[in-house]
Amino acid sequence: MSIRERLSGNEAVAYAMRQINPDVMGAFPITPSTEIPQYFAQYVADGLVDTEYVTVESEHSSMSTCIGAQAAGGRAVTATSSCGLALMFELLYVASSCRLPITLACVNRALSGPININNDHSDSMGARDAGWIQIYAETNQEAYDNFLQAMPIGENPAVRLPVMICQDGFITSHGVENIELLEDDKAKAFVGEYNPEHFLLKHENPLAVGPYDVTHYYMEHKIQQAEAMKAAKPVILQVAAEFEKLTGRKYGFFEAYRMEDAETALVLIGSSAGTARATVDKLRAEGKKVGMVKLRVFRPFPMEELAAALQHCKAVAVLDKAESFSAAGGPLFAETRSALYDLDSRPKAINYVYGLGGRDFTVDVAEYIFGQLDEIVTTGNTGEVYRHIGQREV
Amino acid sequence: MGYSLKREVEKKERFVGGHRLCAGCGAGITVRAVMRALEPEDKAVVTNATGCLEVSSFLYPYTAWEDSYIHSAFENAAATCGGVEAAYNVLKKKGKIDDTFKFIVFGGDGGTYDIGFQSLSGAMERGHDMVYVCYDNEAYMNTGIQRSSSTPRFADATTSPTGKASNGKRQNKKDLSSIMVAHGIPYVAQSTFIGNFRDLHEKAHRAIYTHGPAFLNVMSPCPRGWRYPAEDMAEICRLAVETCVWPLYEVVEGEYRLSYEPKDKLPVDVFLAKQGRFKHMFAKGNEWMLELAQNYVDKKWKELLAKCN
Repeated sequence: MSIRERLSGNEAVAYAMRQINPDVMGAFPITPSTEIPQYFAQYVADGLVDTEYVTVESEHSSMSTCIGAQAAGGRAVTATSSCGLALMFELLYVASSCRLPITLACVNRALSGPININNDHSDSMGARDAGWIQIYAETNQEAYDNFLQAMPIGENPAVRLPVMICQDGFITSHGVENIELLEDDKAKAFVGEYNPEHFLLKHENPLAVGPYDVTHYYMEHKIQQAEAMKAAKPVILQVAAEFEKLTGRKYGFFEAYRMEDAETALVLIGSSAGTARATVDKLRAEGKKVGMVKLRVFRPFPMEELAAALQHCKAVAVLDKAESFSAAGGPLFAETRSALYDLDSRPKAINYVYGLGGRDFTVDVAEYIFGQLDEIVTTGNTGEVYRHIGQREV
Repeated sequence: MGYSLKREVEKKERFVGGHRLCAGCGAGITVRAVMRALEPEDKAVVTNATGCLEVSSFLYPYTAWEDSYIHSAFENAAATCGGVEAAYNVLKKKGKIDDTFKFIVFGGDGGTYDIGFQSLSGAMERGHDMVYVCYDNEAYMNTGIQRSSSTPRFADATTSPTGKASNGKRQNKKDLSSIMVAHGIPYVAQSTFIGNFRDLHEKAHRAIYTHGPAFLNVMSPCPRGWRYPAEDMAEICRLAVETCVWPLYEVVEGEYRLSYEPKDKLPVDVFLAKQGRFKHMFAKGNEWMLELAQNYVDKKWKELLAKCN
């Protein structure tokens, strides 16, 4: 029997970490992820875990600690947000290129500047090319479930990549929701033991990690990383299938909500899906054929699957909770529209950048966007493709 | 059994030939001397900051290191090593490994005094059981002799060049060893290549076998950056010590111990005159530079003597 509880997203992730009992945690506070190392510190203080809890002096050092620990043969975890992730930036690439399956709980928060502590996805979207698997959660339950799936995915010998488990700062990290937790033994058994093939502390054979990689080799190593990211796709689905067997909760690359006959749809990431789902239900009740795709896995990007889910739509709006200052749209839009390109008959696609720095996303806003899509369908005219919504003048 | 260089060099090398360091490079000498201080039965994990040593000793697919080795970036060697040590502690506790490992970091002065300073300070404060060895060659040599906070005053470096309006570096060398002492760690020492290497060997051994964090600052001259003939290495080191430019001392649990006191302290210009980077100090009209350099060395030496007594 699973355990019914009420937890914040941060506590849920810390709870999953306790169940996993990782070898090393790099711990450094930053709003809104601070509670994760804080809850975990209490587990350490109460003797509930064996983890070496390393209270570093910066996020830069927490990722460095994780790199050292994972290369040594341990399982390393950390948590961060916003500027903390930005400070790790260089090491994110080092971790993935060294093929170290570190797990990072990213509690999404807007990047400075100006400084802002509330949610958007600019932090993890900024790290989208760092070679990490990125899995996003809508709810506290998903944040917990995704965290338990991270290691079986990242540590798979075909993958061996670090994994970022993202949830929306404050919205889920601090919001308390009903949640179903696995019993400790079941969680542990699901995640399993970490038995890397090569590691620094191996008795028989010393290992050298992090070479100076000259022109003759660098490109081959980068291609290996790219292949590993491709290999992660079936592994993510396989782990999700095993998780479903255990819990009954189904996961994939994304959730397609009422998409079967949808003519217009929103594509988005994270907690805004709740609002979008409520809007879809409302409009469906009015007889409108609308749907939503909530992307769960952004890296690897499920290009063909997403295109297939959207192919019968007449118009879609891709919602980015991050600016990329490309002057042409946000990152999710760029990749989603690219996915649609291969379809013989494509829906029209527009982009809304929304929710920056914690700006609220409401049913009214979602309904307005569906209205805009209707207009595109009716007129056949896409109009401005790259748009913002939720700002004061709209 | 007393120290014998002959016996020490008969030990199996842990840093082998084939690396691409320059002839006469101080970094390689520091590494070999420190690695010899490991007991042969003990294993080590070496962490290396980005720099000359890293790019010359581990070029894929070759490595000069017989022990496990990790390089991750320029500014994070201490934190990376801390992570390795943390994993060791827990894996040992869980019974997953049973070997004894020692944890040694090598970083140049750029990676230690400057960009890696925060990471170093944090790791020392946390008390990881590790030795941080700075091979101090007083500039960013890997990128081409740029000044660091370890570069001494008046040195001609590529980002503190001499010119009509410049006398070389404007600031004195940062006293990093003292800053490490201020961390209250169990062991801090300064050494260089003197005589039969006994000083460096004994300090490295003590640093490695002291439980907790230790910091070893090894003056490791760079013939190219300092502009002296590579074969003069031993003389350069001797003069650095005899002039008290680089005093040999150790600080054990906060207690200062002078390792060597010159019988007749030599004037600093005999050390400076050997090196092209200080050439301009000997031009007519620049005597004041030599005087300031001497005054600074005298002041620091006096302070050190006071701490040692």
